[in-house]
Amino acid sequence: MTASDPSISIKNLDLSFGAVRVLKDLNLDVAQGEFVVLLGSSGCGKSTLLNCIAGLLDVTAGQIFIGGQNVTWEEPSKRGIGMVFQSYALYPQMTVEGNLAFGLKNAGVPKDEIRAKIARAAEVLQIEPLLKRKPAALSGGQRQRVAIGRALVRDVDVFLFDEPLSNLDAKLRADLRVEIKQLHATLGNTMIYVTHDQIEAMTLADRIAIMKGGHVLQFAAPHEIYNRPNCLYVAEFIGSPSMNFLDGVVSGGSFASDVGSFALEGYGFAAEPGTAPAVFGIRPEHIASGAAAAEMPIRLDSTIELVEPLGSDTLARVRVGEQKLWVRMDGQASVTPGSALPIGFSAERAHLFDKSSEARL
Amino acid sequence: MADTAQNALSGPQGPKPRKRLSRNNILIYGTLIVVALYYLLPLYVMVVTSLKGMPEIRLGNIFAPPVEITFEPWVKAWSQACTGLNCDGLSRGFWNSVQITVPSVLVSILIASVNGYALANWRFKGADMFFTILIFGAFIPYQVMLYPLVIILREIGLYGSLWGLVIVHSIFGMPILTLLFRNYFTALPEELFKAARVDGAGFWQIYWQIMVPMSLPIFVVAMILQVTGIWNDFLFGVIYTKPDLYPMTVQLNNIVNSVQGVKEYNVNMAATLLTGLVPLVIYFVSGKLFVRGIAAGAVKG
Repeated sequence: MTASDPSISIKNLDLSFGAVRVLKDLNLDVAQGEFVVLLGSSGCGKSTLLNCIAGLLDVTAGQIFIGGQNVTWEEPSKRGIGMVFQSYALYPQMTVEGNLAFGLKNAGVPKDEIRAKIARAAEVLQIEPLLKRKPAALSGGQRQRVAIGRALVRDVDVFLFDEPLSNLDAKLRADLRVEIKQLHATLGNTMIYVTHDQIEAMTLADRIAIMKGGHVLQFAAPHEIYNRPNCLYVAEFIGSPSMNFLDGVVSGGSFASDVGSFALEGYGFAAEPGTAPAVFGIRPEHIASGAAAAEMPIRLDSTIELVEPLGSDTLARVRVGEQKLWVRMDGQASVTPGSALPIGFSAERAHLFDKSSEARL
Repeated sequence: MADTAQNALSGPQGPKPRKRLSRNNILIYGTLIVVALYYLLPLYVMVVTSLKGMPEIRLGNIFAPPVEITFEPWVKAWSQACTGLNCDGLSRGFWNSVQITVPSVLVSILIASVNGYALANWRFKGADMFFTILIFGAFIPYQVMLYPLVIILREIGLYGSLWGLVIVHSIFGMPILTLLFRNYFTALPEELFKAARVDGAGFWQIYWQIMVPMSLPIFVVAMILQVTGIWNDFLFGVIYTKPDLYPMTVQLNNIVNSVQGVKEYNVNMAATLLTGLVPLVIYFVSGKLFVRGIAAGAVKG
């Protein structure tokens, strides 16, 4: 195996529960040491895919390779993976030490080696004072650390995380997110991380795989996903509040909709279409307002309907004709509902999608 | 400032006052006391009668406390009362019952817990079918199976032995115990099972090291159900054993229903109390766990 070989390779994977096809002819290659996030709304198959990789679900068709080995039929413990669950899944009647040692004992590792490995993992995760405690005597964050430790002691090549932070409160989630990122930088293992939280996905991932209905829609770096979503679903899914969309027709380098017609100068078409129904998307943070709007190539007049101050930013819902748009502006902007607001944007930051195929134009 | 704060606090405040002797309370406690007396009265009569001598019983005041307390009837019931040819009291039946109950309880709980674990966590092909058949078995009346079982036990040479009865009890405990364990194990978080598999534990390792230590309440429930059920059993005991090996319940019946001689009510009462003592002790010792386990096993899943 060379460094350029993928760490995990999923080939034509299919999984059905009875008549329901959950994963559909899925292909995915994860590079050595890469942090990949599987992102999608519930029911998209992301956790199912992770369970397939772990060997906890039998696949219906296709192959799974880990570290160059075909592990499609292997037991979970023989795949060189460690897994961290949403509910921590610590064995409640064992101490933290017992939890960490369980996998090693099953593998027949000698006692002093087990002790050394636990000591090392406890040091990395800073859980040394907790080793003699039972899971019931730990806080949520500590439990999740022990759960990570259980994967860590086994010296596995691949870490699988199944929504590990979803049970924690917002503050702790942010802290542990940073720790997981730090851990990845320290260990350099391949990690696959399932979440429905786009902030976790954007901050942690080297690459994000956005899933829907058993397919991977886009598999790319966070930057690419944010700036060049390859389909309407991805565009809508990433970003909060989500992208504004206008229905209309694209023809000859301009876009016509019920709020007016504007030139698409600066937009990088994948392939210039003729005349076709299309959806024009622009993120709230890419709409300039007030004085800055005057410098934008496309300008519209709008009326403010609703204001949501967030402190750092202020979100405003404005109306242009019958169309409602979200605009993100500076937190210090003083705006009141009912007043007029000039807005403007540039086609460079816009996204165009085919109306019927929903693919990026 | 302080005055205005005081004034603001007029009207209802603090904990709501409750009347001890409200109509509701009188009704509730009255009913409970009557029902409790209704249930306890027969027990009182039994205890009192078992402590009287025969002359005192013949006076006919069954509710009167004993004038002269005697433990003679208890001793007689335990070690001298006659059943058929044997005159060694209930003690023989007691030891028979112990020898029947202990292995039956252990074997049936062991098998049923593994069944339940396999049905809950290792979804093998046909698991649902197997479970349906097993539960269906619980609804077939015992009487239908009595004679076939006699033949089966005769053919394998265990008819009339304690071990034959142990097998019968273990089989008949299987459906309800399996259901109990399956529901309990289903209610345990599935991720624990997954984590153990990733950690390389097999079928038996997960069972012994993860599942069993988490399942004390349901094991206690199963034990209580089986101990009381098997200890109190009369039908199987009388059919599948022979007089020497009769369990305590059968022997009790023979003592109480013997037609020769004088009816010794005090001995009969003492014998009945002695027979009921084992389930009673089990309930008292494990009552709390019993409630917890029933709730966990039956409601969830």
